[in-house]
Amino acid sequence: MLLLVEQILNGLLVGTYYTLLALGLSIIFSLGGVVNLAHGAFYAVGAYCIVMLTESLGFVGAFITTPILVGLLGIFVERFFIRRLYSKDPILTLLFTFGLAMSVEQSLRLIFGASGIPFSIPTFLSGQLVIGDFLYSYYRLSILAVTVFSIGGLWLLFNKTSFGLVMRAGVADAEMVQAMGISIKPILSAVFAIGVGLAAVAGSMSASLTGVQPAMGNDILTAAFVICVLGGLGSFWGVVFAGLLVGVIKGVTALYIPPAAEGSIYALMVLVLVFRPRGMFGTRFERLD
Amino acid sequence: MANINKTVSRRNFLKGGLGGATAIAAGTFGAPTIVGAADDTIRVGHVTPRSGFLGTLGDYGFRGVNLAVEELNAAGGILGREVDLFSEDSVGSAVAPTKAQKLIEKRKVHFLIGEISSGSGGGIMATANRLKTMYMQTGCNSDALRGEKCNPYSFHIEAGNTMYTKTIGNWQNRAGNVKGKKFYMLTADYAFGHDLAKVSTRFLTENGGTVMANELVATNTPDYSPYILKIKAANPDFVYINLAGADQTTFLKQYKEYGLDFAVSGGVMDTAGFWAAGIESITGYWQSLWYHGMDTPSSKAFAEAFTEKYKKPPENQAWGDYIGVKIMAAAMEEAKSTDPAKLIPLLESGMQFDILKPRKGYFRKWDHSLLQQMFVVKVKDKADMKDEWDIFEIVEASPGDSENLELIQPTQAENMCVFG
Repeated sequence: MLLLVEQILNGLLVGTYYTLLALGLSIIFSLGGVVNLAHGAFYAVGAYCIVMLTESLGFVGAFITTPILVGLLGIFVERFFIRRLYSKDPILTLLFTFGLAMSVEQSLRLIFGASGIPFSIPTFLSGQLVIGDFLYSYYRLSILAVTVFSIGGLWLLFNKTSFGLVMRAGVADAEMVQAMGISIKPILSAVFAIGVGLAAVAGSMSASLTGVQPAMGNDILTAAFVICVLGGLGSFWGVVFAGLLVGVIKGVTALYIPPAAEGSIYALMVLVLVFRPRGMFGTRFERLD
Repeated sequence: MANINKTVSRRNFLKGGLGGATAIAAGTFGAPTIVGAADDTIRVGHVTPRSGFLGTLGDYGFRGVNLAVEELNAAGGILGREVDLFSEDSVGSAVAPTKAQKLIEKRKVHFLIGEISSGSGGGIMATANRLKTMYMQTGCNSDALRGEKCNPYSFHIEAGNTMYTKTIGNWQNRAGNVKGKKFYMLTADYAFGHDLAKVSTRFLTENGGTVMANELVATNTPDYSPYILKIKAANPDFVYINLAGADQTTFLKQYKEYGLDFAVSGGVMDTAGFWAAGIESITGYWQSLWYHGMDTPSSKAFAEAFTEKYKKPPENQAWGDYIGVKIMAAAMEEAKSTDPAKLIPLLESGMQFDILKPRKGYFRKWDHSLLQQMFVVKVKDKADMKDEWDIFEIVEASPGDSENLELIQPTQAENMCVFG
């Protein structure tokens, strides 16, 4: 019984990591209407950035700089490539981001080599917290903090700023916003930048937990998609809930049927989609224009 | 009437003869326009995964085989012919056999070399056997490939799981670390992992140890925390990992993150995975097929040439693919032929090769396993590292200088192979 409770609590903690992975992807899709198959690539770029910058800026400095740099890269990509494709068949943005993902991965391989680069948890975040019989690592707790901060920051941005107001209006009715003389273009750039910036944050936090190698984005891309679909496309809190659920499901499955742990989230997704195709909290499907 | 025979002019005879020969040749090769050119080069078919959790190792294999071909061509080729390298990404076990077939049938390679995944390796072996092409297998650890799935066209340069297990197991046994100890196993959930777990369990229990649990973990698992918590609850003497490729790195980093103090050992060790984990995350004694810090002249020459070309030292996978090509080259020169009908008996006769280790290696006749030394290595203290790749010191060679090379190999009772 204790083991089960332990796995559930750990699952919730790990779930915040999964939420962080999926948040950027969800934002770009819900608000920008773009299926960003390059999400994993920006995640990988974030990881490489923090590894390269930590030496000169320290972990905290690198952690703050990485999403800014990747966000700028995102603005560049959106402004010069994706913007041309909004009015066209949605398949084109999908194809573009897919091609971008492959290009980025191969570029990383060319620049850094195919081998993993070592990167450890910074000393000030290492160590473990023991509460009774339960063991947590400080690093995972810091991921929890980063996720909470990101979610809080996004909520404030969307609901308490004029930027957020225009963005929500643009999602509801882009034509009306433009008819009122407000340019929607910088909003779309900002959305994309925030989305890839969040992917980079997830990547930079992952660098200490997994190997940093060019293909690292592929491992999490599917999981991120599953979480977005589970939570419901178009739902902000759905992603949060789905991330936590995935963490718990994986942990509990690992306790009882280890070989099924990784596959359990796909089984869950199938189950949810059969009974509720829009995902747990998704809005009903409307045509994406 | 007798004159009719003489009306077959020489011109017509030559035309007919040439046409017939072309037709026969075309029928044999299946490519009517390339007759003649096919015999000018020696063609090497390299398959290895270049993506996924084994992609990093595959990259080393690719570089190793490229260096070997480059060196051979600089020295005049094989049998005076230039060596051509065709390299394919085997991707996974579903795709690997078709890539092997493509190399044999379309590229007309003289032999296949490479692969890392035992799942893919089995398929490539079957293809090579079916199409009567030799295959130097350089990365698949599963004993079954040398045992129940063996075939006469396949040769095994990579050590099998039994060899890895016996190398570290014998050493740990002598150090008193097996008898009466409890082991918690984490095993990669595919052919290699299952095989290694079976072999490791057999060795540990035969020598008085207990395997508390054997968790099957999917490859590419990003988060090991559920398993680490289970290990904490189980309280073993050793955590024993049977994980492959990048999964070794992920587990070692996260195990360090949780700060448990159970010692870690395992049935396999890939240097590339340990480099990627970083010196802070690794400890203990491990088994290694080879190591770039080896102090023999030919080994140092290879390590230096590789480092100069690729700006980083070779990993074991590079060693395997490199010597695989060199072994085939030496065999072809000795036999003065590329015909498997001559090469296979030559290799089976015990022809010795410089495999960049203190002792030479040769193939065992009944299962084509390379009889070779392996090594027990210890993770260095950070302060003793000469550079970022200098993570091990070699503790001992196994078998030792005067011991029988069969000491670490599976016996016929353990892993029977019959070339049907």
